[in-house]
Amino acid sequence: MSEDIKGLNLTLKVWRQKDRHTQGHFETYQVSNVSTEASFLEMMDILNEQLINNGQEPVAFDHDCREGICGACSLFINGRAHGPDDDITTCQLHMRKFHDGQTITVEPWRSGGFPIIKDLMVDRSAYDKIMQAGGFVSVSTGGVPDANAIPIPKPDADEAMDAAACIGCGACAATCKNGSAMLFVSAKVSQLALLPQGKVEAARRAKAMVAKMDELGFGNCTNTGACELECPKSVSISHIARLNREFLKANLKD
Amino acid sequence: MKGFFKSSIGKKFIMSITGCFLVLFLTFHMCMNLVYVFSAEGYNMVCEFLGSNWYAVAGTMILALGFVFHIVYATILTIQNRKARGNDRYDNQNLPAGVEWSSKNMYVLGAIVFLGLLLHFSQFWAKMMFAELAGCEGAVPDKFATPGWETASTDGAAWIGFYFSQWHNVLLYLVWFAAIWLHLNHGFWSMFQTLGASNSKWIPRLKTIGTVYSSVIIGGFALVVLVAFFKNCGA
Repeated sequence: MSEDIKGLNLTLKVWRQKDRHTQGHFETYQVSNVSTEASFLEMMDILNEQLINNGQEPVAFDHDCREGICGACSLFINGRAHGPDDDITTCQLHMRKFHDGQTITVEPWRSGGFPIIKDLMVDRSAYDKIMQAGGFVSVSTGGVPDANAIPIPKPDADEAMDAAACIGCGACAATCKNGSAMLFVSAKVSQLALLPQGKVEAARRAKAMVAKMDELGFGNCTNTGACELECPKSVSISHIARLNREFLKANLKD
Repeated sequence: MKGFFKSSIGKKFIMSITGCFLVLFLTFHMCMNLVYVFSAEGYNMVCEFLGSNWYAVAGTMILALGFVFHIVYATILTIQNRKARGNDRYDNQNLPAGVEWSSKNMYVLGAIVFLGLLLHFSQFWAKMMFAELAGCEGAVPDKFATPGWETASTDGAAWIGFYFSQWHNVLLYLVWFAAIWLHLNHGFWSMFQTLGASNSKWIPRLKTIGTVYSSVIIGGFALVVLVAFFKNCGA
């Protein structure tokens, strides 16, 4: 950064927690001269470098691709999942969204289904368990067919793609006042139920995934729509209606 | 359907079906009440037809059962949801615009609706339908009586006029109606969503229909109360 551009001086209020069983607390840190062109996670890297240089424990947080496609990053920033911008993940959030002298509160996902591992890292393996319960196609679908061999209506293909955009970051359950995972489960059920190969096992899938979701203690959907608004991929709650429909249909077949 | 009603979606399904049942009842009740606006005698005739037989009592009992299921399941779901949310709360949570206040407070609104219902039962059901069946006399001052309806317990219009001639009763009822409107406004489209009868095109449509429907229903109820007040406040 050129010297004539003044960086941001920020106060960070960061949640620190030694492990799952220890009571956590907020710690306040100062970071100076942060470029507005830096990403939020780069700012966290700057903080951690500062902490390491001072002989302190760095802040633990999840991240991986830093391109908004892996779903690893989380963080509740200034009261919103993935921060103050819409339709992005934390790694896509840039410091130009903040102003000089601002206090930024950084918290982990807080939901019964996502216990804190350390600091800002949470255990989201519950989502993996739901996927393992039925979020796959197990029938033999043969080799890769020609693109036009299986006609799929365009609206169905589009909707399946919209559902498949879910990266399983957990912002939905973390935002939901009921700790419900319905948006995630519905996206995973929808993306397969809309397509020919997935339809074959739609009933079994819906039942298995809902049963696992309930078993893991996620809450019930009360249709507040908060999940949709905070989803970095704008997954629609219309998928929840489809999940309800698929689940009812699956049970009626019994 | 084994296990369906024990699942999270199954419990919500029961909430939707019982909610739908209550919405239909409210529609019927409002239509019946509206008769009062046009004719006190006509209203009494409707009350007489509906209130003086045990079939109506049986209907009321079924309706009460619907309420009980709705309330019991709402309580079960609320307890489960609080547990699922965990004990830790965010230091601050700024939900973006678009999350309806009522959708986050359905249980609180439901509690207000229930308290209003207790008042309504004690003031109207007990003093009109039950009193008529039990052959009790009502206690409406003569000046409110509808000509030709000698027994106060069968003169429902007189009781409405008397009860809503007092401004504090009007205020209480209007607050109750506001709570029902908020509950209904979210509950209407939420019912379709839970039953799977919506999609991205129909969600905004159902929300609009729900708002119009709730406004018509609650507007009808409020109209009766206000007409009764303005007709009788000087009596």
